[in-house]
Amino acid sequence: MNKLISSVSPHFFSRRSTRTIMLDVIIALLPTAIASVIIFGLRSLLIIGVCVAGCMVSEFLFEKLCKRENTIGDLSAVVTGLLLAYNLPVSIPVWQAVFGSVTAIIVVKQLFGGIGQNFANPAITARIVMMTAFSGSMTNWVAPFTAKMPDAVSSATPLTAAAKGTVSMMPSYLDLFLGRHAGCLGETCVLTLLLGGIYLIIRRVITWHTPVVYLATFALLSLICGKDVLYQLMSGGLLLGAIFMATDYATTPSTVWGKVIFGAGCGLITILIRFWGNLPEGVSFSILIMNILTPYIMKLTRNRPLTGGVEP
Amino acid sequence: MKLHGIRVAHKKNTANCAPERLVIPKSVTIPMSMHIGKPANIAVHKGDDVKVGQLIGEADGFVSSNIHASVSGEVRQITERLNAHGQKIPCVVIEADGRQEKYEKLAPPQVTDFESFVKAVKDSGVVGLGGAGFPSFVKLNVYNLPAVEAVVINAAECEPYITSDTRTMLDKGEYVFKGIEAIRRYMGVKRFIIGIENNKKEVIEKMKALAKETEDVEIHVLPSIYPQGGEKVLVYNTVGRIIPKGGLPLDVGVIVINVTTLAFVAEYLETGFPLVEKCLTIDGSAVKTPKNVIAPIGMSIRDLIESAGGLKTEPSKILYGGPMMGISVPSMDEPVLKNTNAVIFMDKKEAAPPKTTACIGCGACAAHCPFRLDPRAIAKAYRLDDGAALKALCVDLCMECGCCSYVCPAHRPLVQTNVLGKGKLKEYLFSQQALQKQETKARQQEQKKKGGADNE
Repeated sequence: MNKLISSVSPHFFSRRSTRTIMLDVIIALLPTAIASVIIFGLRSLLIIGVCVAGCMVSEFLFEKLCKRENTIGDLSAVVTGLLLAYNLPVSIPVWQAVFGSVTAIIVVKQLFGGIGQNFANPAITARIVMMTAFSGSMTNWVAPFTAKMPDAVSSATPLTAAAKGTVSMMPSYLDLFLGRHAGCLGETCVLTLLLGGIYLIIRRVITWHTPVVYLATFALLSLICGKDVLYQLMSGGLLLGAIFMATDYATTPSTVWGKVIFGAGCGLITILIRFWGNLPEGVSFSILIMNILTPYIMKLTRNRPLTGGVEP
Repeated sequence: MKLHGIRVAHKKNTANCAPERLVIPKSVTIPMSMHIGKPANIAVHKGDDVKVGQLIGEADGFVSSNIHASVSGEVRQITERLNAHGQKIPCVVIEADGRQEKYEKLAPPQVTDFESFVKAVKDSGVVGLGGAGFPSFVKLNVYNLPAVEAVVINAAECEPYITSDTRTMLDKGEYVFKGIEAIRRYMGVKRFIIGIENNKKEVIEKMKALAKETEDVEIHVLPSIYPQGGEKVLVYNTVGRIIPKGGLPLDVGVIVINVTTLAFVAEYLETGFPLVEKCLTIDGSAVKTPKNVIAPIGMSIRDLIESAGGLKTEPSKILYGGPMMGISVPSMDEPVLKNTNAVIFMDKKEAAPPKTTACIGCGACAAHCPFRLDPRAIAKAYRLDDGAALKALCVDLCMECGCCSYVCPAHRPLVQTNVLGKGKLKEYLFSQQALQKQETKARQQEQKKKGGADNE
């Protein structure tokens, strides 16, 4: 007779694992990948592939080097790669995309201890590093549906167009909703991003609090500022950030009130940067700043144990 | 405010299986401790002839319980064996003669008032049959009777697989209400609440029909969210009061009693036949036919499963109780205990522990804790040996329901760390106390010295 396993309870576990959660996020991100290929052509597939491969290889090599357990099976590097690619313009040189992937995985994630230990979102931080390092190619916007042309036509994003006041370059609401305008390859299509968000909420991977509070704060403040609310909501990386990056587990609060504070803070900072800052876009910085504040928000909003009035 | 919990698969495969009486095994091993408290004193000698229901272990001390022979036969051996908690417990091994003769001195108890009622419950040897095994007479022996505003009858049965309480209510529903009448008469309690999870439709109907015939019995249908049957959770969800940390239901004017325990008490008052057999659920992925059985206490798990239809495959893990809070037993020689309400046999696949990976900070553990603890912070405090933080995080509030470990996508041993954290907190509190004592002693000595100096 074989030996019986003796262990402490529970003896029964939820089937959800880190891997299944990451798989859900990948599924939620896939429609946007398809949209980006339709809008910006096959080169977006190349950039997505390079970023995903770059992230996975960096994670694998770094863990090998440090003799840590290999964690590429949990698929979190794939998610980081996808998110990073979605934050890049389609015209980005391949070596720069590789640089971004290495930065995201090694500098931002692995050097802080790997999955769950990083304090800032790897994709967002890598994007900010790249914006500083390669400001030219990071803002070399390509108009949609021009991939086959020999020289890609330079274009303005809806936000730069609005900031400069060039009405002729400003896309219609429908174009914004479908993503038919210049921008990073995964941020333009509102439709697929919303679909992904709804999927994640239904699958209980994320809760509605952060994205809804983020978008609501943003909408309210831009209304107060007298801006075109719908136009502002649907342009830039707002939806991509609010749905997929402000809901990252490790770098954002896990309590309900923490999520509300986080979302509201992101909305406020995005407004400040977009309307009063030097940059046309403020989503990345707002999330990064709130990432840094997350431990304090968590301290503030920690659950109170139900002690029935007894002091601990 | 809603208490959090988890939705687990019900797996109540045996809800429709009326319990089947098993063949009496060749021998039974009855431990002298199947309850919380002091082990009973052995009241028989090797070679004695015993009959079913005869006292073989006498309650020793304030919190203890009587133990009776479950078979008729000869006391073969008096030994010691380790129980599932790792304690050495004296045991009485009885070789059955197969005649199952009842002990002739058994008679219905003479119950006239509260004292005689509590004595009868003590004599019956009943302990908390929901799984806790706390001697019932201790619980019912309330000093301040008028303080008991309500009795909550725990019929939630929130663990997967287990249906023995379901069977009690379906087969012995009348006894539940007779038990209520006894408590009403002898303890003067006016309000009774039966808490049942909504996954037991048939049971709810039957109990509602029975409740119509009597007064002041509420049937409280509860959502099927584990751990609905946890004492504190049940009290909150039925009478809306939070039992203070470190306190008992009595602190909020409530007594909680398991439905099978109550039905047994009522049956004992009628027959005088003590607790010697148990209805339990046999289920799990390694079992051929899941069913409910009535087994004599002390029957070994090996005899139990052989007599109940056998196994499909070699089991990898065997549990007393449900998969959320059950205890895994080290071998098939372990006996059925008073508080065993199910024996679950898990095959290799079901028993395989999931792989633990790094915490991803999702916060699911804290979001599902009924008492709103933060298992992640507790684990950190435990790792850092930080007693003060463990105290502030109220780790001693944890009831070890296992929701945190169940939901954790990284499958971290959270509830297990909570248990270790409780131990560490105790150590810390002891050391704090010792420190305080030392300080007061030093201060007193100093004062003495000063006083002495002044006198000079």
